[in-house]
Amino acid sequence: MTMLVLCDHDRGTLADASLEALTFGRDLAAAAGVSCEAVVIGKGAEGAVGQLAAYGAAVVHLASHDVLTDFGPEAWGETLAQLVASCGASVVTACGTDRGNEVLAQLAARLDEPFVANCREVDPSGDTWSLTRVQWGGSLLEDATLTADHKIVSVAHHVVEAAPASEPAAGTVAAFSPDLDASLARTVVTDRVVLSRGITLSTAPVVVGGGRGVGSAEAFAPLEELAAELGGVVGCSRAVTNNGWRPHSDQVGQTGTRIAPQVYIASGISGAIQHWVGAMASKHILAINTDREANIVTRADWAVIADLHKVIPAITEEIRRRRG
Amino acid sequence: MRILVCVKRVPAPGAKINITADGRAVDTAHLGFTTSPHEECAVEEAVQIAEAHGGEVTVLTLGPAEAEEQLRYAASVGAHSLVLVPIEEVDWDPQRTAAALTATISGIEAAEGAFDLLLFGNESADAGGFQVGVRVAHALGRPIVNGIKGIDVGDGSVTARREIDGGFEVYEVPTPAVLGVKEGINLPRYPTMKGRLASKKAALVTIEQSTEAGGQLRERLHRPVEQVSETVILGEGPEAAAAVVDVLEELGVLA
Ligand SMILES: Cc1cc2nc3c(=O)[nH]c(=O)nc-3n(C[C@H](O)[C@H](O)[C@H](O)COP(=O)(O)OP(=O)(O)OC[C@H]3O[C@@H](n4cnc5c(N)ncnc54)[C@H](O)[C@@H]3O)c2cc1C
Ligand SMILES: Nc1ncnc2c1ncn2[C@@H]1O[C@H](COP(=O)(O)O)[C@@H](O)[C@H]1O
Repeated sequence: MTMLVLCDHDRGTLADASLEALTFGRDLAAAAGVSCEAVVIGKGAEGAVGQLAAYGAAVVHLASHDVLTDFGPEAWGETLAQLVASCGASVVTACGTDRGNEVLAQLAARLDEPFVANCREVDPSGDTWSLTRVQWGGSLLEDATLTADHKIVSVAHHVVEAAPASEPAAGTVAAFSPDLDASLARTVVTDRVVLSRGITLSTAPVVVGGGRGVGSAEAFAPLEELAAELGGVVGCSRAVTNNGWRPHSDQVGQTGTRIAPQVYIASGISGAIQHWVGAMASKHILAINTDREANIVTRADWAVIADLHKVIPAITEEIRRRRG
Repeated sequence: MRILVCVKRVPAPGAKINITADGRAVDTAHLGFTTSPHEECAVEEAVQIAEAHGGEVTVLTLGPAEAEEQLRYAASVGAHSLVLVPIEEVDWDPQRTAAALTATISGIEAAEGAFDLLLFGNESADAGGFQVGVRVAHALGRPIVNGIKGIDVGDGSVTARREIDGGFEVYEVPTPAVLGVKEGINLPRYPTMKGRLASKKAALVTIEQSTEAGGQLRERLHRPVEQVSETVILGEGPEAAAAVVDVLEELGVLA
């Protein structure tokens, strides 16, 4: 019996998420008593074989076809469905990234099987599996059971720490040529637009966040200044984007960006659960709020209980004073 | 353009999500309800497309009878017709939901003609199954791309932009097409008084579906264990700035 782990790569360099999926997959395969095999789709994947073996792939299926020149959810899902049939796989997994979840959903639709997205734990003993998955973007967990001939599950991103296997697996290369209809090209990427290369909200070492308490678009200027002083960026809550004060690309939370800075300075933000799930991976949190009982204050490492409009400029000034 | 948007009614919790005693559902005793944010943007996008190119927007939900509230809200911001698939349970599993939505859409199309565009949210805010739209599109034999943050309507196709790290991927999808939309594609409008009044009169059709349960079964909801931290109060006014900068220095972010 076989488990397939869908791995994504960019010209031969594996995404971190793929290594998480393999780390998760090889343990699950061992517990389920099946062989752990990787699938990489598209050209240029040959360079990734060694790394896939190191992370536990007994076989590396390299799928190629004219339609697979770039990412396409339907073509990828169809390729996976054909490979499942040809190698008799009973389990398929991937990391719960946008692509991972989308392609597994495509696979599940084609096989008419359930698909359980964003699992944290999977117990594969027995015909019916027990698992724990993420709901509400991480604010809530769901215990569920899975009954299916083909078990299709994704592992929530950042839940498993990627680590090589204690001993590398064989990594035997197996070429796979799916039979794809040219019409599947209808959902293949036709172009890419690069917008920014600098620090982004998800990678910034410092995020200065502002919420409804900031009051207006103009009132974000002092937050911008402090962020610039600290080599960071400005983030915000959904109350702010809903008011049109900042673009949605600045939004932290369940339907925005997940941040993980060294420090998150959250000002004028109450810390609703949907905001918190986007901020909780921050190493440290400093809250500035007039309300001592605000949720973000009780969850922060440090807090200043005061008007952000007075505190933020004072912090910037103090930094400049010390720098001389 | 004939456009259909699928939306889901979800509770709107604040600081934390409470769960019912039997662990089966979110305790909604003291909560309001809303439309999943991605889907609220999908409705706005559909209305904008209809305004720009002419057309009609239908909004479809599967949920309790109270989900009429979310359908009326969609009408108050510009949707033309409303369809409710009533269910008794708190929620249906993704396969079952998708089968019921597919049957409903097929039924409407058989009677009134095909939709050019079906819009879904990228994922529902509560269950987050990441699949209902994909299943419906596959069952109808239509193309679908998820994660969409920009749509341009062309002649016989739509150009869709999907957000990736530091940029966009572009897709040219022939219509009839299906897209999974993300919040940020637009800024949803607030209902006007006129819109609110009109929404009360908008036609609402109820269509029963009885599809079979899928292979994923919910047992219990619970909250993740949280680390409790002791909050150090650095001060109660701008004079706290020195203490704040001490902390930043200690963290090494001043370098
Ligand atoms: C399904 C769903 C998804 C959501 N996704 C997100 C998401 O991704 N991100 C997100 O942020 N929200 C999200 N929300 C919205 C969320 O529930 C909250 O409504 C939102 O986060 C509140 O924003 P806020 O903290 O800025 O505003 P409020 O809750 O109004 O808080 C304002 C805070 O500012 C403080 N304040 C006021 N004036 C001052 C001052 N002068 N100085 C200092 N402090 C002051 C107040 O004490 C208060 O704590 C989502 C909601 C739902 C239902
Ligand atoms: N009960 C429902 N009624 C209408 N649409 C739904 C329902 N559940 C899910 N959807 C649609 O399918 C999308 C994906 O849902 P999910 O697979 O649960 O993440 C949502 O964003 C909605 O557009």
